[in-house]
Amino acid sequence: MTAEPLLEVRHLTKLFGSVIALDDVSAKVYRGEVTCLLGDNGAGKSTLIKILSGVFPPTDGEYLFEGKPCHFRSPREARALGIATVYQDLSLLPLMPVWRNFFLGAEPEKGTALLRRFDVATAKRIVRDELAKMGITVHDLDQPVGTMSGGERQSLAIARAVYFGAKVLILDEPTAALGVKQAGMVLRYVAQAKARNLGVIFISHNPQHAYTVGDRFVILKRGRVLGSWTKQELSLAEMIYCMSGADELETLSAELDQIARGNGPQAATRAA
Amino acid sequence: MATETIARAHDADARVVRTGVVRRLFRRVEVGAFIGAVVVWVFFALVAPANWLTITGVSRILDSASTLGIMAVAVALLMIGGEFDLSAGVLTGTCGLIAGMLATQLGLSIWPAMAVSLVFALAVGYFNGWMVVNTRLPSFIVTLATFFILRGANVGVTRLVTQRVLVSNIDQVAGFMDARNLFDLEFSLLGAQFRTSTIWWIVIAFIATWVLQRTRYGNWIFAVGGDAVAARNVGVPADRVKIALFMTTSVAAWLVGMMSIVRLRSAVASEGIGQEFVYIIAVVTGGCLLTGGYGSVIGACIGALIFGMARVGIVFAGWDTDWFYSFLGIMLLVAVLVNNYTRRRAEAVGIAAARARTEEEGQ
Repeated sequence: MTAEPLLEVRHLTKLFGSVIALDDVSAKVYRGEVTCLLGDNGAGKSTLIKILSGVFPPTDGEYLFEGKPCHFRSPREARALGIATVYQDLSLLPLMPVWRNFFLGAEPEKGTALLRRFDVATAKRIVRDELAKMGITVHDLDQPVGTMSGGERQSLAIARAVYFGAKVLILDEPTAALGVKQAGMVLRYVAQAKARNLGVIFISHNPQHAYTVGDRFVILKRGRVLGSWTKQELSLAEMIYCMSGADELETLSAELDQIARGNGPQAATRAA
Repeated sequence: MATETIARAHDADARVVRTGVVRRLFRRVEVGAFIGAVVVWVFFALVAPANWLTITGVSRILDSASTLGIMAVAVALLMIGGEFDLSAGVLTGTCGLIAGMLATQLGLSIWPAMAVSLVFALAVGYFNGWMVVNTRLPSFIVTLATFFILRGANVGVTRLVTQRVLVSNIDQVAGFMDARNLFDLEFSLLGAQFRTSTIWWIVIAFIATWVLQRTRYGNWIFAVGGDAVAARNVGVPADRVKIALFMTTSVAAWLVGMMSIVRLRSAVASEGIGQEFVYIIAVVTGGCLLTGGYGSVIGACIGALIFGMARVGIVFAGWDTDWFYSFLGIMLLVAVLVNNYTRRRAEAVGIAAARARTEEEGQ
């Protein structure tokens, strides 16, 4: 795809005191594509998405959205531009019915002055339609979100972000802690969002999930971009290899050997 | 029976509809309180039928429940919003004392005295809310402090001004009768004496239910009580909502304080102490979760009604009223157990139905 990227970061650096969380990170996100952000714990994935969603600014580097430079002071500003982030906690309230959750903070209203009220009929209709568009059937909109499965909840959060005008959808580990079938459900909705021409940023450390839906892969390691590839350029096996890192795998197998020989983990750590 | 319902969910569409009705019924927040109210009513109808089954009996129950009911409505909103107010009871006394002292000592008419008292109540509510929101201390602690400050000040200031611990002769003040007609008028209906406080209660409960169920503020109240961080993430002004809820509770305390002084024609420094727990009992009986995010105004009103029935019923039955608070304690315990049971039941049915659906889709 040769089109202009929807979102682009160039040479991003983020320092927390003397800790370098991100170092010279560049990446591009296109419309109608799923860009996977991969890496181990501590690779800088969270730092990068927090910059993208406006939680804090980068120390250095450029952040372009639709070709224009952005300097967000709050997540609200990013959201207003259409950059929606679905965090792991989903910002859903378990005791609240589905339709109330969906519109929380942006309730449709009707009537004037003192009779201004929540337009319940419209809200329920929109929720049913939007969920149907994503291929989710909720039999009972009054069902508390807490009684939904993890996958359904994740899907609801995605549907909500899509409905509220997201152009870029940032999904923070949406399939972590889900079973196989549930994860499959979420991956289907990610594909749905892509089909609706959104730019999706999919954060994961599960290579199988990422490779299934991803079009483009950016692998981070210790705050740096290890590389970025399109799906054609990279096989699943290569991706797993890059994510874990050859040297680390070798160290690990050496350690495992020592443990197997009965020297115990302490000996292995000392050796490393 | 629960397993039966689950089994039915597998069968056919018609069965699913039936499951829906059962779930809907058990999912009502008020179901526990409602069953409790029926039980208490039937109990006293059997024990003291002569007085209980008359219009006068009904009027006595409603009168006994009304001021508590008004407070229960406000406290329910606050508790759904995730906070407590232990100072609400003593504040009813403070508001009465302020209005009473200003009117009798400064020779003001009753209306400006009540207005100043209202401003004070709003300030206390704002203070409680501001402290909770900004210090992130539990509201239990903040309002406990307010409770003791007000409790001390009620006695201290009253003794300083009147040399006694009560403000009397409020009925001598200009405008007293108007205030009485507004806040606590007695009127006849079907041969029994009712009071305007009952009407206030019904109107307030109606408005509060409407706000909670049918406006965006209601949605926000549920949200800040359920998870204030999640609510903030989606743009709900959580701090403002919480402060507003504390101020609503204070205004309710002011209203009840005014009802008390026009009825008794005096204000006592010990007024309202201990009532804060009764409000909480009524609200919890009505199905509100102590942890917030869940509950109903109607439930809280039923809780207040149970309290009213018990207070009047014990007198009608000719029992020793000393045991009243023991009854309250038992009522609280039973109510919470029943609520837990019905909620778990509703959730179990809901989850089972959801699981059945997922399995169907998988096949």
